[in-house]
Amino acid sequence: MKYLCLIYSDENALHNSPDSPRDGECYDYFQSVQQSGRMLAAEPLEPVATATTVRVRGGKLSVTDGPFAETKEQLAGFYLIEARDLNEALQIAGGIPAARVGSVEVRPVRQLQLEG
Amino acid sequence: MDRQPQQFELALERLYREESRRVLATLIRLLGDFDLAEEALHEAFRAALEQWPEQGVPANPRAWLVSAGRFKAIDQLRRGKRFQALDEVEEPVGGETWDGEHLEDDRLRLIFTCCHPALAPDAQVALTLREVCDLTTEEIASAFLATPPTIAQRIVRAKNKIRDARIPYEVPGRRELPERLEAVLRVVYLVFNEGYFASSGDALTRQHLSAEAIRLGRLLCELLPESEVRGLLALMLLHESRRAARSDAEGLPVLLEEQDRGLWDRALIAEGQQQVQAAFASGEVGPYCLQAAISALHAEAADIESTDWAQIVGLYEVLLAANPSPVIELNRAVALAMRDGAEAGLRQVEAILGRGELADYHLAHAARADLNRRLGRWDEARAAYRRALQLSQQGMDRQFLERRLAELPGG
Repeated sequence: MKYLCLIYSDENALHNSPDSPRDGECYDYFQSVQQSGRMLAAEPLEPVATATTVRVRGGKLSVTDGPFAETKEQLAGFYLIEARDLNEALQIAGGIPAARVGSVEVRPVRQLQLEG
Repeated sequence: MDRQPQQFELALERLYREESRRVLATLIRLLGDFDLAEEALHEAFRAALEQWPEQGVPANPRAWLVSAGRFKAIDQLRRGKRFQALDEVEEPVGGETWDGEHLEDDRLRLIFTCCHPALAPDAQVALTLREVCDLTTEEIASAFLATPPTIAQRIVRAKNKIRDARIPYEVPGRRELPERLEAVLRVVYLVFNEGYFASSGDALTRQHLSAEAIRLGRLLCELLPESEVRGLLALMLLHESRRAARSDAEGLPVLLEEQDRGLWDRALIAEGQQQVQAAFASGEVGPYCLQAAISALHAEAADIESTDWAQIVGLYEVLLAANPSPVIELNRAVALAMRDGAEAGLRQVEAILGRGELADYHLAHAARADLNRRLGRWDEARAAYRRALQLSQQGMDRQFLERRLAELPGG
């Protein structure tokens, strides 16, 4: 079953605390999940200052600067993994270096119900 | 002829009480779904009610029930065209599977699943009480000051989460076990405390809750005899042993020093002490073991004066070293007062309150009041009792504090 691990962190804590993960460490972990055969995709993201939000309401497109909402912790990256069950997914998520300073939300991927 | 059906029904009722949880636990593993398993369980017992009077009670009733339940469920699934991954369904061999190292009881799988940290804490409690203890939603609701629909919803959401996030039905591996076990013990202790300390709900429900918690504790000890499991069981047994002496005719709390120790249940105490010894023999003791050891020292003393306070203080020291907490410090202060005199204990209590800790904890002020009272410092005692009363919520505690306040000279 597929799980998306959303990595959230206060950007300051993520980059400027003594516990902050180094890029090399993040890459090493990425590799290890890759080797375990569980990796589907993973990327780190540029900071929220680079974000732009798109909404379409009543057919009208609106584009605004910044993330979808101001939050205490911001989306910093993600892992899309294949895992046997939630326990395995949690194990993988727990190994993500950023989990030391931030939070990783683990959510199962939904199968779309297609008609016909 | 008329007597036979009644006897048979009583026997089946007893079988339900003794075996239904185990049958359910196995059916959940075989069918992969809580609700399906519950339906299957009821169908199985219905079938037993119909067939056993003629065929006789089978040699292995549990295996028969599991088989019957599984058969009915698969049959129902085929008719409803809801094919789960039935090819994954294993053969029921007495409900136990040999997992290389140890035999795993399906009840362990059930308990660990209900107490999975991915479920909200109050959902863990509700689900455990429902699935493992077979309490009704009404019983659970009355114990936790919620409405039955709220509890029902909590349980539905928990089951949905188990299904949708795919929380596996398994006993955690060696690495995860300590933390996961902690969650299970926490739930069991919470249930026990609701039954022991709560003033809400009727007395019968409360006693039922504590009894269920102890039953769970005994089961866990049987299946997983780790020291902290023994420690928790011992702690619950020792607390429960004092139930009859804890409150007087009017329902007011009776302090440990005033309790009629003749009312203490010696059988529970003996069982508790045995578990404490077994736990300490294993060498690794945690907070439950330590608290149980303290409780055991009270249990074996004839009265408050002859209690081994020196050892109790020592145990609190060990407890504090691993789990620094102001409440434990407060308990140590009270024990210290018994060992070294009220002045020594009072100094500790003042130190805690002076740090700004426990400022809103009524028992801290009650302790301060009591120690001042023992030293004849009436004004300080009065002020502390008043503060304790301001902070105290429970009706019975308040009455007790008011009585102490009224008894002070110079009132």
